[in-house]
Amino acid sequence: MTTTNSSMDVAPVASRWSRFRGSYLLYSFKRDPIAQLSLLVFIVLVGVAVLAPWLAPMDPYDLAQIDILASELPPFWVDGSDPAYLMGTDAQGRDLLSTILYGARVSLIIGFGAVALQALLGVSFGLLAGYLGGRVDAFLMRLADIQLSFSTLMVAIVVGALVKAVFGGATYSDFAVPLLVLIIGLAEWPQYARTVRASVLAERSKEYVDAARVMGFTSRRIMFRHILPNTLSPIFVISTVQVANAIISEAALSFLGLGMPETHPSLGSLIKSGFDYIQSGSWWITLIPGAMLVILVLVINLLGDWLRDVLNPRLYKG
Amino acid sequence: MALLDVTNLDVRFALRRGDVQALRDVCFSLERGERLGIVGESGAGKSVAAFSLLNLIAKPGYIAGGSITFDGQELTAMSDRGLRHVRGHRMSMIFQDPMMTLNPVLTIGEQMVECLKAHRRISSKEARAISLRKLEQVQIPSPSARLDQYPHELSGGMRQRVIIAIALLLDPDIIIADEPTTALDVTIQAEIMALLLELCEKHNVGLILITHDLGVVSQVTQRMLVMYAGRVIEQGPTREIINDPQHPYTQGLINALPQMATPGARLNQIPGSMPSLDNLPSGCAFHPRCGFVARADGSTRHACTDEVPDFVTSGNCRVACHMVAEMLDRERIPAEEIR
Repeated sequence: MTTTNSSMDVAPVASRWSRFRGSYLLYSFKRDPIAQLSLLVFIVLVGVAVLAPWLAPMDPYDLAQIDILASELPPFWVDGSDPAYLMGTDAQGRDLLSTILYGARVSLIIGFGAVALQALLGVSFGLLAGYLGGRVDAFLMRLADIQLSFSTLMVAIVVGALVKAVFGGATYSDFAVPLLVLIIGLAEWPQYARTVRASVLAERSKEYVDAARVMGFTSRRIMFRHILPNTLSPIFVISTVQVANAIISEAALSFLGLGMPETHPSLGSLIKSGFDYIQSGSWWITLIPGAMLVILVLVINLLGDWLRDVLNPRLYKG
Repeated sequence: MALLDVTNLDVRFALRRGDVQALRDVCFSLERGERLGIVGESGAGKSVAAFSLLNLIAKPGYIAGGSITFDGQELTAMSDRGLRHVRGHRMSMIFQDPMMTLNPVLTIGEQMVECLKAHRRISSKEARAISLRKLEQVQIPSPSARLDQYPHELSGGMRQRVIIAIALLLDPDIIIADEPTTALDVTIQAEIMALLLELCEKHNVGLILITHDLGVVSQVTQRMLVMYAGRVIEQGPTREIINDPQHPYTQGLINALPQMATPGARLNQIPGSMPSLDNLPSGCAFHPRCGFVARADGSTRHACTDEVPDFVTSGNCRVACHMVAEMLDRERIPAEEIR
């Protein structure tokens, strides 16, 4: 009798760490080699991008380090390469490896920045629309429809042209990163708003929301503290897809010359700069950054797929 | 003056085809520490009445008229801020389904601490201590461990105990319990009701118990209301109503209890079902199902089909029924003739 009582009293007071260790998330991760490989590759890519200033053999932004005579050198496994430039050099004589590392950094900053902005706008608008309903809902959702009817490209052309016209090309180059974050962020927020609104509509009719209202909580508190955490799984899932999309959007804009300037290249503008030399045999300037972009987007999407499967309650243990 | 006074409460739902009256002329009061039962079929307006007490009817519902005074304050005219103070703090509510009432992504402790901090200026540590004390009061096994658990880790009975603890958290004056045991196992139902009764008595908390279960009402409450199609049709001391129901509908409800039927025979049921609120019959809403529209001598009582009955006082009860009114009249006249 005493033993059963004492074992009842020490009932699991689980720490967050031990909860995580026992979670279905970790369990399914351990059994999914694709997810593990993707996460590994993703961490490596993000790691080298973040550590670019320390890892890269040279600083591609520093004109003093660039030797124009060493331009268009092939990567190390091709004849005529220079061992100082592992991945070869581009048309300006920049070390391609360093430029890719720095470029991945720019791409990732824009990708995550834009998604953070999208999430901020989309989640707030989606919560308001779903919880308040009525006119607020109608207004915000029509706004989302209007936003979606403009393509990202069009927004980018208009904003880019405006900024260039008003402040001049030099200022544009300085502010290209925040501008691209703003453009891609603004263009894609309706994705979040729609998803969040749909989840909020489902959550709002549940009794715990009534219970929270009965307890005298303010609407803001109910929205952010009670409903929002219950809508997080779809938010996580679209976030992964959106990061990949934002990186692709940025690359596409840069490829068209609407994004990062060549003096401060992202993966997209690197691909573009190499594209002009592909006919003259310098394929590596385009293909190596291209491969990097594909791998980056692929692993993010694979991680997103895995997360979607894990967080989907209908597939859960099913 | 009673702690809670509801007079002529009129609640409507604004639908596209026009307003539907969910509650009409609902009057009742509750003294401090008193326990009141509200019974009626599904759709009679019990839950709407409960929500309107907190001025929390979901759109498109609205309070169209009448007054609700709580501790001398008019709730229907109160600001949102004032209402938030009353909700949870002075009046709290227990819902039907304990599986749904707790937020699935917050631990029990987080939810309790949040309630306390929303209404009082106290530190998280103090709030946690109070929460623990309340969990002990509801006799939950190993209360300190529960604080860090999520709702899905508890059984239904334990969750309902947690919900009672949350309802008691801020020492309210009134707890509204909307079918608190319907979703639970029969054995747990009795335990939870006993616990609720004990806690209400101990802390002198008023209880408004909404239920289908006449047995529970007769055990727990002192007074009761019987509702039908949005109206109160009979109210008075629980014991008197259960022992000697006046309204034909209440009689029908009590006769329908399994213990009232002869073993082996069909249960006594009230024929028909409750009318829809947007298409109420004329006169007394119960008359199409009532066996007393025809008098004993075979004549029809036209008042039943033509006039909405007023309340008449019979003993300590108030009943809205033409038949009862007629009987009372007949008793009164001979008494005067004798004199």
